[in-house]
Amino acid sequence: MSHTEDGEPLLAVDNLRTVFHSDKEEIRAVDGVSFDIERGETLGIVGESGSGKSVTARSIMGLVDSPGEIREESSIRLDGRELTALSEKQYRSVRGGDIAMVFQDPLSSLNPVYTVGNQIIEALELHRDMEGAEAKSEAIELLRAVGIPDAARRVDEFPHEFSGGMRQRAVIAMALACDPDLLICDEPTTALDVTIQAQILDLLQEIQAKRDIGIMFITHDMGVIAEVADRVAVMYAGEVVEQAPVEELFANPHHPYTQGLLQSIPGRNPSTDRLPTIEGDVPTPHESASYCRFVSRCPKGFDECERVHPAHVEVGESADHTAACLLYPEDMPTDDTVTQHEENADQTGVEADEALSADDWPAERRKASEDTGPEDSDARADGGHGHSAGDTGGHSEGGGSDE
Amino acid sequence: MSESVVDTVSHQTGETLVDVQDLKTYYEDGGLLGSDPVKAVDGVNFEIARGETFGLVGESGCGKTTLGRTLIQLETATSGAVSFDGTDITELSGGDLKEWRRNAQMVFQDPESSLNDRMTVGEIIREPLDVHEQGTARERREKVRTLLDQVGLMPEHYYRYPHQFSGGQRQRIGIARALALEPEFVVLDEPVSALDVSVQAQILNLLEELQEEFGLTYLFIAHDLSVVRHICDRVGVMYLGNLMEVGPTEQLFQSPENPYTRALLSAIPEPDPTVQVDRITLPGSPPSPRDPPEGCPFATRCPVRIRPEDIDASDAVWDRIREFRDVIRERSRAEQSVGERLKERLGFDTALADSEEIVEEEFDDVTLPPDVQEHVEQAATYLSDGDPDAARAYLREVFGGQCDTETPQYYDVDDRQMSFCHRHAQEHVSPGEELRQRGYDTHDG
Ligand code: SF4
Ligand code: SF4
Repeated sequence: MSHTEDGEPLLAVDNLRTVFHSDKEEIRAVDGVSFDIERGETLGIVGESGSGKSVTARSIMGLVDSPGEIREESSIRLDGRELTALSEKQYRSVRGGDIAMVFQDPLSSLNPVYTVGNQIIEALELHRDMEGAEAKSEAIELLRAVGIPDAARRVDEFPHEFSGGMRQRAVIAMALACDPDLLICDEPTTALDVTIQAQILDLLQEIQAKRDIGIMFITHDMGVIAEVADRVAVMYAGEVVEQAPVEELFANPHHPYTQGLLQSIPGRNPSTDRLPTIEGDVPTPHESASYCRFVSRCPKGFDECERVHPAHVEVGESADHTAACLLYPEDMPTDDTVTQHEENADQTGVEADEALSADDWPAERRKASEDTGPEDSDARADGGHGHSAGDTGGHSEGGGSDE
Repeated sequence: MSESVVDTVSHQTGETLVDVQDLKTYYEDGGLLGSDPVKAVDGVNFEIARGETFGLVGESGCGKTTLGRTLIQLETATSGAVSFDGTDITELSGGDLKEWRRNAQMVFQDPESSLNDRMTVGEIIREPLDVHEQGTARERREKVRTLLDQVGLMPEHYYRYPHQFSGGQRQRIGIARALALEPEFVVLDEPVSALDVSVQAQILNLLEELQEEFGLTYLFIAHDLSVVRHICDRVGVMYLGNLMEVGPTEQLFQSPENPYTRALLSAIPEPDPTVQVDRITLPGSPPSPRDPPEGCPFATRCPVRIRPEDIDASDAVWDRIREFRDVIRERSRAEQSVGERLKERLGFDTALADSEEIVEEEFDDVTLPPDVQEHVEQAATYLSDGDPDAARAYLREVFGGQCDTETPQYYDVDDRQMSFCHRHAQEHVSPGEELRQRGYDTHDG
């Protein structure tokens, strides 16, 4: 992992807010999300349907269309360059140029009426100024590089002639055709069988090692996260609720939602007879309030969780481990933590995006965080004013819960 | 649903409820005239004990859903028998079949498409009762209310429509409907795959509770192995229409014997970043069930396939040979497909293309022993003569071993655990030992 020359991370997302407007209301699909991705690093984004993880990806790709909107205070910087300010035309050269995306359904990225080869060649023409025979032989090379046998023949085949795993390889080849710095993978293996998934995960790791690209890997599968991610951001109802290096997150989850998520994985605790569950469903984006979004399902919730929106706090052993929950910092009495979260929300308001790092806590109260808080913390405060949010993307589950 | 910890009360009796014998389900899928049928289920044997949960796992296209549907006569068996409490249900028809159907129900994967959105929840659950004319209208309504309660829904949900519910709740409706006629046997086809993890757990718990309460016997079909490990008593692993291995769940997960089961289990990403998995990554994808390999169904991808003794080549060379055969098989298949025919008519001729190039691409970085070289060249000649079928047959002839020619049999490999593989025979090195010899890490001794 390395910083670019000017010390900027490859991708810096700051206080991203993506909202959708309907007749009656505003749906806050992504609500104050911040994270960085370095070159050569994989950030795993995990969350259930409705968590906003896919909208986050689409926001970075500049693919949020009306009635969706990225709010002004949001910032997305790639190699130091602000993307939210770009025109659609400028964005087009970023998309498929600097950033490429691999979706769950490879057919959504492939045009059924063109051969696989022609689609790769088109990308090469657009982004790498190649033409004719040169482009064709590079296309064949790329197909070989992603493990498609008999590439010279298959380059002339149509997407429907490929198996599911082969299609996803072809999409990855297309993504590589533009030599991206950042690859966004949105559930790229979810529709595949596990033996094929293993092939694709191997392939992505190999590509990353060879090309030193940053990967943002979105999945609901904790097993996949454990395997591919260097760091993990857990999303819930439009917010990142916990962020940590992968080993730390699994060994030492702090947010009650992360804890519940890990406990409810079948097979992780084969001895338990009944799986521990998280009650209810991910909240729907219809209500609006300032509170902890997880409160309706949180086994540790208390009264204040209904009225105070938690900010990110450094937790655990690892320096860049933060969670947004009123229970933290751990060594502080709950009354004090609540006051602190409350004050932070009041002071900062919607515009704020600076970290609520250990330094924001009164010295006498921060015994625990003292030795762990680094100078340059990755922690970022959530802006505070929480409204309910949801993933309005394609696969949102259960528009109308009736609980 | 509550976070309950209930003691396991095993309802397993050891008494066989479903006995499946040499079951085959083939179907024509409306493809080419005179083309081979899809051999979805290709000779399967197993039993399900009363009160147990039998898991059927495998990748898509392995035939597990067709098998499940055949067991409850939603598909017609091509041959073989399914006896249910002693009656061969593949022989039932008319009134007998309708009567028997009450006893065996199915819960589908996608609660969204399996529930009729124009009916209220109450009507959906009541429909089977109406069809089978159970009791008076009043009694049926009462029964539906009881069912709603049993699956964790509210009485007022009776008059709502499915689209007003979340995925997890819709699955509860599907379960209530399946239980309306008080069946003994329920086929659960990927019942939680469409649900989020936290909701999955709720449904799995519900299924376990209902099983205990009503003494149900489940066939649980899933591709998610961790779910299967959690809920099933015994598991069958399917590949290309065949059952590769059967055994008690924990035993099978901890000491799989069959090469396919080993590879499949090793491919599951562990939700633990500190675990270093010794993965057996399988090459390629499963062959078409329309054109399965002749010997062992797994022969085209098996990491420990038995090699013919007369050829002495390194693992790397064998690996390339396998890939080369894949490419040739793929070409002979493409040859027959409609797309290819169209292309030919349009003047493309891919079959003739570049046989030298393929050989070059496959074998450029390995040194081939002279006999292998000769065989490869011979196959390439067939290929450039425009006859990929001949190339395929030739390669099978010279490089195929027992796995390519003989169907394996079942071997008892442990208590109640059976595996379908030649390597369990006395004269062969076992799959685990052979894996180690070929450079894979395995845990067992
Ligand atoms: S803030 Fe309260 S409701 Fe939210 S996660 Fe923490 S304890 Fe639970
Ligand atoms: S019979 Fe041969 S191909 Fe089949 S699983 Fe055993 S070793 Fe592999």
